Amino acid sequence: MTILSVFDVGLVVLVLAIGVSTIAAREAFAAVIGFVVYGLLLAIAWVRLSAVDVALTEAAIGGGMTGMLMLGAVARLRLAKGNDTRTSLPVRLAAGMLCALVAAGLAIAVLSPPEVIPTLAPMVMENLAQSGLGNPVAGVLFVYRALDTLLEKVVLILALLGVWSLAPDSVWGGIPGLRVYAQPSSTLTFLAQLLPPVGIVVAIYMCWVGAKEPGGAFQGGTVLAAMWLLVMIAGLKNVPSISQPWLRLLLVVGPVIFLAIGLAGMVLADAFLAYPSGYAKALIVAVEFALTLSIGVALGMLAAGPPERVRQP
Amino acid sequence: MKLAFDIFTVFFVSAGAFFFLAGTVGLLRFPDSLTRLHALTKVDNLGVGLVVLGLLPQAHGLFGALKLVSIWLLVQLSGAIVTQLIAGAVRQRGPHG
Repeated sequence: MTILSVFDVGLVVLVLAIGVSTIAAREAFAAVIGFVVYGLLLAIAWVRLSAVDVALTEAAIGGGMTGMLMLGAVARLRLAKGNDTRTSLPVRLAAGMLCALVAAGLAIAVLSPPEVIPTLAPMVMENLAQSGLGNPVAGVLFVYRALDTLLEKVVLILALLGVWSLAPDSVWGGIPGLRVYAQPSSTLTFLAQLLPPVGIVVAIYMCWVGAKEPGGAFQGGTVLAAMWLLVMIAGLKNVPSISQPWLRLLLVVGPVIFLAIGLAGMVLADAFLAYPSGYAKALIVAVEFALTLSIGVALGMLAAGPPERVRQP
Repeated sequence: MKLAFDIFTVFFVSAGAFFFLAGTVGLLRFPDSLTRLHALTKVDNLGVGLVVLGLLPQAHGLFGALKLVSIWLLVQLSGAIVTQLIAGAVRQRGPHG
């Protein structure tokens, strides 16, 4: 057994152990922390499988962003809870059964793969050069599966609309109830002043490099969202009300540009979401930049939660 | 030359790993939140620093090395500040708040 396979086995054991401890945790907070650690370990597992794109997304979205959303949910539950937070036994049994069913289905699918795994990878690699991209993942996302990628971004906006609709009518269009810890000259303020310039450069780099190496709009957008949230939580910038025109513009600019280029493709390249030859890479990079902005704003607002008040206190 | 670089790497990465081990033992064994934080940060910074130092000769060119160093700096920064914030919360609300 080589050192690497020892490492892999150790990693698998750790992932399983963290998974079990997340399920077995008695407190929601402990379970969320377990989930975040699980996400980071999975990211390492994806690196070991040479899927660096997936690893970056898992670390950013699976570990970081989802973890933050769930921590917000835990805090809300704590505020909202009466004494009775336990669900009834039948509900728990039903949830357990459904989870077991999903796990069993996944296990069957994973443990009995077809003899010859169907793959289009060689065809992708053959034709990748035409798009001008060097990263096959970006190629699949923006050339072969552009419609899926477009819809994925629209789903993000739908999710945000879902969160916003939780607001009571009286504060619709108001300011999200993100908890702000504004203390002048605290360490948090220092971090919120020092880190964002670095983070913004990293986000732009991730988005730019996504065309030829692992990276891309989602990873860059998550970093942007994190920086924005940091600045808002430290109280250096106010949380904007959700009716701000610039906010709504930034939210839709990515999908709209994507859609516009897709529609232009019907005229210029004979198919929806096709790129005119020679311009593919430039168009894809433009779409990625717009998407990075939109994703950053959408994730930031998702984490900020539904509107809770109309005016800044 | 390659061998010398490899020995350098193995030595410093092992030293870094040793500090991580020491930090983990401290995290598990120290009695309260503040001392546990102390164990974590002191040792994490040194651990990551030594691992980065050890990996420098293996980096892809100058930019690879710069990336490694900036990762170390970012870990230093976030580690130090997050510790301050946790310690502040512990002081304000007590260890279980």
